[in-house]
Parts: sequence; structure tokens; C-alpha cells
Amino acid sequence: MYLFLEQLLNGIQFGVFLFLIAAGLTLIFGIMGVINLAHGSLFMIGAYAAAVATEWTGSFALGIVIALVVSGIVGMAIEFVIIRRLYDRDHLDQVLATFGLILFANELMTILFGRTPLFLNVPDALNGSVEIFPGVQYPLYRLAIIAMGVLVALILFLIITRTRAGMLIRAGSTNRDMVAVLGVDIALMFTLLFGLGAVFAGFAGAMAGPLISVEVGMGEQQLILAFVVVVIGGIGSVRGALVGALLVGVVDTLGRAFLPDLLKLFMDPASADGIGAGLSSMSIYIVMAAVLIVKPNGLFPVSVARH
Amino acid sequence: MKTANIVIATSMALAMSGIASAVMAEPVKIGMITTLSTGAGYLGEDVRDGFLLAVAEEGGKLGGAEVEVLVEDDGRKPGNGKQIADKFLKRDKVEIMTGVIFSNITPVVVPLTMKAGVFYVSPNSAPSIFAGKGCNQDYFVASWQNDSLHESAGVYANELGYKNAYILAPNYQAGKDSLAGFKRYFKGKIAGETYTKLGQTDYAAEIAKIRDAKPDMVFHFLPGGMGINFLKQYSQAGLKDTYPLVVSTASMDEKIMGAVKDAAIGVRSTAHWNLAQDNAANKTFVEGFKKTYGRTPTVYASQGYDTAKLIASALKATGGKVLEAKDDFRAALKKADFASVRGEFKLANNNHPINNWLGQVVEKDANGNIVNKIVKVVSPNHKDAYADACPLK
Repeated sequence: MYLFLEQLLNGIQFGVFLFLIAAGLTLIFGIMGVINLAHGSLFMIGAYAAAVATEWTGSFALGIVIALVVSGIVGMAIEFVIIRRLYDRDHLDQVLATFGLILFANELMTILFGRTPLFLNVPDALNGSVEIFPGVQYPLYRLAIIAMGVLVALILFLIITRTRAGMLIRAGSTNRDMVAVLGVDIALMFTLLFGLGAVFAGFAGAMAGPLISVEVGMGEQQLILAFVVVVIGGIGSVRGALVGALLVGVVDTLGRAFLPDLLKLFMDPASADGIGAGLSSMSIYIVMAAVLIVKPNGLFPVSVARH
Repeated sequence: MKTANIVIATSMALAMSGIASAVMAEPVKIGMITTLSTGAGYLGEDVRDGFLLAVAEEGGKLGGAEVEVLVEDDGRKPGNGKQIADKFLKRDKVEIMTGVIFSNITPVVVPLTMKAGVFYVSPNSAPSIFAGKGCNQDYFVASWQNDSLHESAGVYANELGYKNAYILAPNYQAGKDSLAGFKRYFKGKIAGETYTKLGQTDYAAEIAKIRDAKPDMVFHFLPGGMGINFLKQYSQAGLKDTYPLVVSTASMDEKIMGAVKDAAIGVRSTAHWNLAQDNAANKTFVEGFKKTYGRTPTVYASQGYDTAKLIASALKATGGKVLEAKDDFRAALKKADFASVRGEFKLANNNHPINNWLGQVVEKDANGNIVNKIVKVVSPNHKDAYADACPLK
């Protein structure tokens, strides 16, 4: 029983982590209408910036702050130089351009830092674990990720629903031209919004750094899952991204944890392990297909009038 | 008619002389297909750099013969491996092939190479299909047979007195082979067996299962970034000292140690080479590598270097001839008369090395560096499980 609860918590934690990545992606993908494959690169840049800055300053907190600044600046620069030429193009052009960005970013990081993964550890304050159930120690850092995810969700929710900027963002996504006619600098607004998305990606990367290998190409592994989350949740919906991320996290983790054992009930152990591993890798895509059959626009569709 | 004949004859003669002079003047071409991109890019990078270091030591030669090394990245994809192999073999006419890191690419590249009648010397991957019945007289391995990496970890686990092991590996062929290899020699019980996704980043579910199974020890085959991910999370979960790790060198190399630092302390592994191994060849290699590239060599670099030295020993014996003196070159390769960085080097009948596997443990040395310390030789003269099935002598 405790094992099940622990695995459920693992799933929620993984889901929150996915939400951190997907939040920025859904903003850019949904509200600005741009498919940004380079979101994974911004994730990587955040992780590298955090690793390097933590090494220099000796403080993980400072490392995170610097990572946020760096990824925000890089994001806005990317928007200014490349993305802004893509708003009126179709999705294929956007995919090509941002895929090119992935290759560029990976090669640049290889030139700058080499192929050796960087060192980034959990800060001392968050090292260690707490007993959540009798006999079950849970790493403090993973609990911190859950807290951060909740915080990010709250901040995003407040920005979008309660502030003038959020109102403009919503308006701009529905009818760009009208908002521009009303005297709002929509180009600047989109640059800032893209920067915000990049900051979220960089934050996710920096928070992931102590848990996973900080290496070239680390973002692409997360990107596919993040897209699954965004599609399940409904493109452009932050609430949808949160629900979708939790769903994907829990399904994936519970699948990995229990499917092989479940199959062992009516199969020999060797093939149950193999098939269980295969099935659990598929599980989230099966969930995605099921969701899309019932709700083709995702769980929380955002109505956007475009072109 | 006559004129035409003369023209053809002259042009043929010219062409022939062209070929002849080309053979005389041109260096021996060596084609290296390796993995330089993806998260596993550092493996191929180190194999390449180790190999090129040996070439640079002789000023562009191996065994006294001029060589030209062509290097291409396969991106860990068999399709790319095939394309590059075709190009190397047909257009560039290489005489020796080498370089493949991953066991999903070897089965594509090696048969093409054998069909073209060219030699292959592996610096890393050596799947079982080419070690037993499928061995080939022109296919040589300078590293190890895949299974023996993990078999030696099984032997080490026995020696350490562990009776109950939890084992995990990615769900692909080399992962399954690794668990089979470990189990072939490990005498204790298997507390649990888990296949993970290739390239997985989050191991919380697996770690919870390990805790629940309460084993004596954990064996895993998670090379490169996967090993870093697992180790960071395993140590944060506080299990590293409760359920210690015994792995093979692929899951505990210098890069992994550098990326996780203190989290690696106490992890035991087996390897055929160690940075601190005390022999003249290794000293030259480690110092040369650090000086040339400004970083510490990994086990992969040592394998690249040994591969070049093995080829050099054969080139020296034949005076730089490869395909014109195939029998001599083959015999010289098999003799393996060179000073290996791992100390002794000899090949079994199936052209795979017979290694002395070392047991190691990660420690902090007097200067505060994280090092892999040699504990003892755990499996001396370890011949792989397939050699007897190979008809070669």
C-alpha cells in the first residue's frame, strides 16, 4: 500500500516536472501560434546556465536566478531574430526553422562546453530526505519540485487572469490586428511573451539539473513528452497543461512501476518484464489517443480565432 | 580501328600506372565510423581522440606506415552507419575499418566490411553474434566481448559476498545481453529485474521498487547520461549506501564520476583498464592525452588508443601492406604484439581479447579528487562465453 502511495507521489512529482516544461510551451504554442521545437534547447540552456553559475558563485539559488535571466534573454533574442518572421508562415516553416535552432544550439553548446556532462548537485539545504510514510524516505528535492510547480501554476494563472498584461495576451491571441489597432505594441508584447516562455523552460532546466544529466541534447528527451502534455491538455491552456502533465506523469510512472508485475499474474516473468516495459513506454501515447478520440481539442480546449 | 586500340591501350597503361603510383605513395586509409553526436557523443569522441593520439605520436604514421584516418559520425543510427560504410568501402577504398560504439550499428557495418574483404578492428562494441559461430577471420576486437563486461561484474558481486541482487537495464538488445551476462556468473538470487526505457531520465519508480525489494546490492547497465541520471537520483533517495551498486565500467566511467562527484563514492565496478594502471604504455598514454586534449581520458579513449596500437603492430610487421598482404596482416593482428595500456593483451581464437578484469571502487583521494581505485583482479584471463563456438583457431 505504501509502495503504491509512494509511486503515486513519484508520478505526481514527475507530472509537476513535466508541467514546468509544458507551461512555457503551451504559452508559445497556444497563444502565439508558433510551434517552437527549440523549447528543449531553452531547457538545456537553463540547465547549463544554472550549472555554470552555481559552480562560479557556489550558490544554487543564485544559479537559478542567473539561469532565468540567461534563458529569458536568449529567448527574446531568438524571438527578435527568428521567430518574429514566422508568425505569418505555416507550421511547416516554423518546424523547420526551430528544428534548425535545435541543431544550432546543440552544436554551440558542444563548442562552448564540450561533450562532457556538467556537474550540478542538489543544494545542501535540499539534500536529504523526509519520512513521508513509515519506512519510506522521500527526497526533499523532489518535494521542492512539487512546490515549485504549484508556485509556477499559481503565478501563471494570476498573470493571465488577473493582470492587464494577461488580458492583452488573451486579446492578442484572439485577434492580433484588433489589439494592434487599439494602440498596443503587439510585437513587443510577443517578444516579452516568448521571453516568459523561455524563462519557464530555463527554470525547468535549472530545477532538473540536479536530478538529470546536464548534457547536450538533454532537452529533446523532454520535448516530446511536453508536447504530449500540451496536446492532451488542450493547446494554449495553462490549466490543461497542468492536468495533462499530472495525467502523463502518473500514468507513465504507475505503468513503469506496476505493469510488469501485473502481467506476471498470467505470463512467465521473463516475457512479462519485456512486454511490461514496452507497454509502459506506450501507455502515455495510448492515453493521448484516448483523450483525443473523446475530446479532439484536448481536455480544456481554448477557443482561438485565427486566420 | 588501329588508332582506337592504341588510344585504349595507352589510356589503360596510364590508368594502371596511375593506380600503381597511387598505391605506392598513398597512405593506408582507415575508416572510422563512430558516434560523435547525441548524449553518447563523448564515447565516440574519446575513441577517436585516443586513436588519433597514437597516430600523432608517430607523426601521422602507425607502425611506420603513413595512415589517413577518415572519421564520420553515425549519430547512433544504423542507417547512417550503412551509408558511411558504403562510402568508405566503395568510394574511399579504405583498407581497415574501425570505430563503431553501439551494438545496434555493428551488425550493419561489420557484414558490409567483411563482404568487401576489408579488415575490421573494433574499439568498443562487440556483440555476441560475431563472437561465436558468426566469428570472422578478418574481424578483430581490441576492447572486450559485450557480455564479459557484465560477467565480470557478476564475478565481483560473488567475491563481495552478495547473495541477492536487483538488476536493471534499458529495454534493448545490449541491455538484455547485459543482464544475461551478469546472471551467467552471479551465484546469488535475483531480487528483481527491471527493463527501463532507452534514454530514460526519471528513475523514481524504479528506485521505489528497489527499496521495496530490499536487495543486498544493485547491478545496472546504464551507460552515459542514463547512468548519471540514475546515480544522482539513487543517491538523493539515500539508497546508495543501503543497497550498494556493483556495475561494469560502462556505467561508471570518468565522465559519470565528474558529473555526479560525491554521489559516485562507494560504487564498485569492473574494468579491463584503469587510469592509474601502472605500466609504461599507460603512463605515456594518459600524459599524452591530458597534454593534447586537456582532459582526463576515459576507458573509451584507452580503447581507441589500443585499437590504433594493435593496427600499428600489424602494419609494422607487414611493412605497411594491408590488403596486398592479407594473410600476413591477419597473422600479425592475431599475434597482437604491442604494449597495451591495460598491460597484457592477447586475443582468443575468436579474435576477441582475453582480459584481466579489475575490481574497482570509487573513492576520494588525498587531493580530494574522485578516483576509481583498483581493489584487485577479480576475473583473470577472462575468455568470453562464445569463443568455443567459433571455428577459428
